[in-house]
Amino acid sequence: MSNEQSSAVEIQGLNFSYNGFMILQDVDLTINLRDFVSVVGPNGGGKTTLLKIILGLLKPTSGTVQLFGANPSKSKKRVGYMPQHAKFDFQFPATVMDVALMGRLGNSTRFGPYTKHDREICMHKLEQVKLAHSFRKSFASLSGGQRQRVFIARALACEPDLLLLDEPTSNLDQGIESEVYELFQELNRTITIVLVSHDLGFVSRYVKRVVCVKRRVVTHPTTEITGELINAIYGAPMKMVRHDRHDCEGTGSCHNF
Amino acid sequence: MPQFLIDLRSYEFLQNALMACVLSSFASGIIGSYVVVRRISYLAGSISHTILGGIGAVLFFNAVYPQAQIDPLFGAGATAVIAAIIIGLVSLHAKQREDTVISAMWSVGMATGIVFIAKTPGYASDLMGYLFGNILMVTQRDLWVIGVLDVLVATIALIFYNQFLAICFDEEFASLRGLNVDAYYLSLLCMTALTVVALVTVVGIVMCIALLTLPAAIASLFSNSLWKIMLISTLLSVIFTTSGLVLSYSPDIPPGATTILISGMTYLLAVVFRRLLSRGPML
Repeated sequence: MSNEQSSAVEIQGLNFSYNGFMILQDVDLTINLRDFVSVVGPNGGGKTTLLKIILGLLKPTSGTVQLFGANPSKSKKRVGYMPQHAKFDFQFPATVMDVALMGRLGNSTRFGPYTKHDREICMHKLEQVKLAHSFRKSFASLSGGQRQRVFIARALACEPDLLLLDEPTSNLDQGIESEVYELFQELNRTITIVLVSHDLGFVSRYVKRVVCVKRRVVTHPTTEITGELINAIYGAPMKMVRHDRHDCEGTGSCHNF
Repeated sequence: MPQFLIDLRSYEFLQNALMACVLSSFASGIIGSYVVVRRISYLAGSISHTILGGIGAVLFFNAVYPQAQIDPLFGAGATAVIAAIIIGLVSLHAKQREDTVISAMWSVGMATGIVFIAKTPGYASDLMGYLFGNILMVTQRDLWVIGVLDVLVATIALIFYNQFLAICFDEEFASLRGLNVDAYYLSLLCMTALTVVALVTVVGIVMCIALLTLPAAIASLFSNSLWKIMLISTLLSVIFTTSGLVLSYSPDIPPGATTILISGMTYLLAVVFRRLLSRGPML
């Protein structure tokens, strides 16, 4: 493995265009070890593209991407990824446990059946997303929110150093959503977490930094401000993004989110 | 039925036919399940039809060089694997025109076979046999070939069961776990090709896709895990092929076609039964 580095993700001078359209432009982004980052931005702003570039699933048009100090193709196995849109075949014959176990590929033995250890790990991860009782159920029979939780468990089963989650809680009930974020916060003591979210008000209670993606990428620390106005809009105490003048210089676009 | 059992004891060709039914069912049940859940039966159909090209080439070669006498099954196997690789590469890389290229391979493979067979001196009745199956002509050597294919396919498909399952379910995630998705996909197609070759001896080129996919399609109506589907469809495949052989014997109708009719009717009944069972719209 590579020598100990201080950052999980290091992006420099990155551009990405697709069919002649510039999706991401002049992106410099560092995500430190044990950072907890929320990626926000409008639809089509490039959030998912950014995650896929970090994973090496998409190749940047120009610029460099380092994942744990190495090329993403070398270090992608250290990431637990949860995709956003499930273009899955929902008639697929797999149980909840079958899907969770897929996270063990790459960690476990190269062929043959999964070990008892793999199953124990997956059972534990399913417990963490409150689905341990339905491990024998057909994945196809679950609700959208339950499927999302299975995918979170699958990402956790990778035992990753970086958890990369694309809208992990968009279908979850509020109660479960809070529990999931508390789980992330707990995990964040040892691993780095990057997640895409639409609900900035909710996630900023938990995350340390917010990355705004709208073709360009700007990073902000989260700072708590409470006020009647905010409460009126979001109906709950929350953190807001403080746009440091310094950070925003030259883009000025993040206020439009 | 009784006549079949009486004759089974005395005629080797019936014993061979029965063995071919049972042996081909193992590969068919396992690979057919992958084909159904990965939804590549159209690719499998194309592979099976290109086989005629290889068979025709071998028949022609054998007629021109009578001392060679290559088993047409080898021609079929080689063509099937080459077709599988080409079709696999096309479906991986030529997304826009995938269906066009695959349909073209289908027809071009058959056309090649028909030209070779037309130019092969002598009797051309073999053509019908390869198209629609000639299970009563299965030889000991064919059985060995099917047996070896069985062992090969079953071993690979079961050892890498977890990998194939993950790739059929979610390619992107599987590749992030370090699996070479393209290589697995191509090898799945190659195993499909070899299985199709085994099935061609039973029901022929034209009908083998139904025998490959219908047992797994029936099994998937009643099961939520892939290995159970493999088990059930292997069993169903044995039942369909042997009952096709037995039931067609006395009235002297083609066994391959009988097998397919039994499979198709069972599938229909299974769909209706499943619907009644759930008392609601099908998934």
